[in-house]
Amino acid sequence: MSVGQSAAVSGRWDAARAREIIDAHLALEGPMIPILHALQEAFGYVDEAAVPLIAQALNLSRAEVHGVVSFYHDFRRAPAGRHALKLCRAEACQSVGCDALHEKLLHRLGLDWGATTADGALTIEPVYCLGLCATGPSAMIDGRPVGRLTETRLDKLVASALSGEARP
Amino acid sequence: MTSVRLYVPKDAVALALGADDVVGALGAAAAAAGRPVEIVRNGSRGLFWLEPMVEVVTAAGRVAYGPIAPEDVPALVAKGLFDGLAPKGEHAALYLGPTDAIAWLAGQQRLTFARCGIVDPLSITDYRATGGFAGLERAVAMGSAAIVKEVTDSGLRGRGGAGFPTGVKWKTVAEAAGEQKYIVCNADEGDSGTFADRMLMEGDPFGLIEGMVIAGLAVGATKGFVYCRSEYPHAIATFNEAIAIAHGAGLLGHNILGSDHAFELELRVGAGAYVCGEETALLESLEGKRGTVRPKPPLPAHKGLFGKPTVINNLISLATVPVILAKGAAFYRDFGMGRSRGTMPIQLAGNLKFGGLYETAFGVTLGELVETIGGGTLSGRPIKAVQVGGPLGAYFPPALFDTPFDYEAFAARDGLIGHGGVVVFDDTVDMAAQARFAFEFCAHESCGKCTPCRIGSTRGVEVIDRVVRGENAAANLELVTDLCQTMKFGSLCALGGFTPYPVMSAIRHFPEDFDRPALPAAAE
Repeated sequence: MSVGQSAAVSGRWDAARAREIIDAHLALEGPMIPILHALQEAFGYVDEAAVPLIAQALNLSRAEVHGVVSFYHDFRRAPAGRHALKLCRAEACQSVGCDALHEKLLHRLGLDWGATTADGALTIEPVYCLGLCATGPSAMIDGRPVGRLTETRLDKLVASALSGEARP
Repeated sequence: MTSVRLYVPKDAVALALGADDVVGALGAAAAAAGRPVEIVRNGSRGLFWLEPMVEVVTAAGRVAYGPIAPEDVPALVAKGLFDGLAPKGEHAALYLGPTDAIAWLAGQQRLTFARCGIVDPLSITDYRATGGFAGLERAVAMGSAAIVKEVTDSGLRGRGGAGFPTGVKWKTVAEAAGEQKYIVCNADEGDSGTFADRMLMEGDPFGLIEGMVIAGLAVGATKGFVYCRSEYPHAIATFNEAIAIAHGAGLLGHNILGSDHAFELELRVGAGAYVCGEETALLESLEGKRGTVRPKPPLPAHKGLFGKPTVINNLISLATVPVILAKGAAFYRDFGMGRSRGTMPIQLAGNLKFGGLYETAFGVTLGELVETIGGGTLSGRPIKAVQVGGPLGAYFPPALFDTPFDYEAFAARDGLIGHGGVVVFDDTVDMAAQARFAFEFCAHESCGKCTPCRIGSTRGVEVIDRVVRGENAAANLELVTDLCQTMKFGSLCALGGFTPYPVMSAIRHFPEDFDRPALPAAAE
C-alpha cells in the first residue's frame, strides 16, 4: 500500500469505479478516511463528484463530507504531476539547511509549494517530518525516501523526474 | 557450501541512504564469488550515521560494516566480508567489528527496542526465539486485574509526552461499563526529531501487536486500531503484513494462544494532519470526521472511539508492555529516576554527528546525550540550541545541559520531553526564525476549534515579524508573552497550549536574536 504517496495514476474520474471503491469499504468501522485514501490511490486525487457519492453511502450531508476532504492536507482536489516530490521542512531538516536548498530549487523551477511543473511531470509538496530526522535533509519521491540531500542530489532527483524516467 | 547469512536493514533510513542498492551489489558480488548468501532485511539498530549497515553472521557472532555504498561492496567482499574479516587499506574504516561490542550500542539499556535491528521483523520464529510471546503467555494466565496491577506497579507512564500513568488509564477502562471497548495505538508520530514509532513498526511489529493484545486482555477490549501517519509508507506496509502473519500464529484472532480470548487489529492511515496526534482529534479522525479536538471530560477512557470506553496509548507505551509482563513490574521499575521509571527510547536528530535511536534509563543528562553520545554537531560548529519534545518542545541552551532526561526535571526548567525527540542546532540558527516557525506551524496545523490556537498562532507570526523588523521590539515582545499566556491557558489541547514552549524558550534563552535594529522604511 503506497497510501497517499504516489503521484497521479490516471487523473481520469470514473463514477462507476468510485462507487465500487466506496462500497468495498462500507463494512469498516468509520470508513470515511479509508475511502478517501482509496479514491486518491485510484485517481490520484479526490474529485468533487465523489462528495455526493460518499455522502449518500455514509448517510451524511455533502457539507460534512466536504468538511473532511478539505481538512486533511493529504487529499488533493485536482490531479498532481506524474511524480510527487515531498520535501521535509520540519526542524530537524532545518537544522541541516533544508530551507536554503528548497528556496533555491523552487526559485530555479519558478514554482511555489504545492505547484506542478508546466509539463505536468513533477509536483513539489511540503511535508513536516518523514521520520528520517538524523539523516536530513530528507525527501520522498513517489513514496521512496531519500536522505542526506545535497544540492547536487536534489537536482539529480528533479532532473530524472522531469525527464520522465520511471524511477528518478 | 553453507550459505552466508547477511543482514541489511529495510528501515526507511537505510532505504533513504541506498540500502536496496547495497543488497543488489551484495547479491552480484556473491554470484561472482560463487558464494551462496541469504540476505535478511532487518530493522535498523538505530546507528543511523552507519546506515546502510551490513552485518554478517560468523561463528563468533554478528560482525558489522558501515556505512556501505554499493561501490564499496566488491572490494569488501574481496577482502573477506562474507567471513567477517577486517579489511586492510582504504576500506579499513568501514569495518565496525562485532556488532554488540560497538560502544554506542553497548552503552544502551534496550528493553522496548531489544529486538529491533536484530530479527527479521516478519519472522515469528525469530520473534519467539528472542523472547516474544513470553509477556502474553503470562498475561493470559494472570487475568485482567493482575495485568493492570503489573503495569501500574511498573511505573510506566505514557511515552507520547503527557506522561500519564498507563496502569491508571487501563484501570479506568477496565472498570468502565460497556459491551464493546477499544485499544487505540497512537502512531501519529508527527514531531520532528522523532522516529521511534516508525522504527518499531518497521523493525519489531509483533512487539507492538503483543502489547496491544495484552492491553485488550487487561481491559476487556476485543478490537484494536493502530493509527499511523501517511508519511510512513514503509511502516504501514510492514505492519499490515505483520497483522496477517500474527493471525496465523495465534497472536491475533479468536483464540489467542489457544485461550478463549479474542482480539482483532486494524491499521488505519492518517491524512497529513499533525493535530491528529492529539488523542481526541485522533479518535475523531478514526471515526471519519475532521480531526478536531474534543473537550475533556468525558475522558476517552469512558467515552472514546465511537463513544465506547477506549484505551488510547502511544505506540511506545504499548510496545513496552510485553517486556514488563515478561520480566515483571519490579524489573522495569528498577530502571530510571524519580517518578520517571524504566527506559526511554531517545531519538537523537538534527545537526548531530551520531544521530539515531538511543534507548536508556531515564536520568541521562541532555549534555551527555548531545555532546558525548551524539558526538556534537555534524557541521563541527558549536551547539547553540537543542529542541527536546518536537515542534512544541522548548529550546534549551548549553547552559541547561545538566538537565537530566526526566519528566519532572524538564518541566522544572519550562521544557518537556514529549516523545523523546532531541533536535540539535549549531550556532548558525536564528532563534527568532525558530520562534516564528513555531507559530507558523501551529497556524498551519491548528484544527481551528478553539480561538487561542487558531487566531493566536496567526497573530503570533505577525508580531514576531514586527520584532524581527525592529518595530517597537520591547513592546511587541511583551505582546508575544501575553499572547503565549492566552494560548497556554486558553487552548483546548497541546497544539495551541504548548506552542508557547518553543516561542518563550527562544526569547528567554536567546534574547540577542530578538534584539534587532529597526530596518529603514521602504520609502527611504
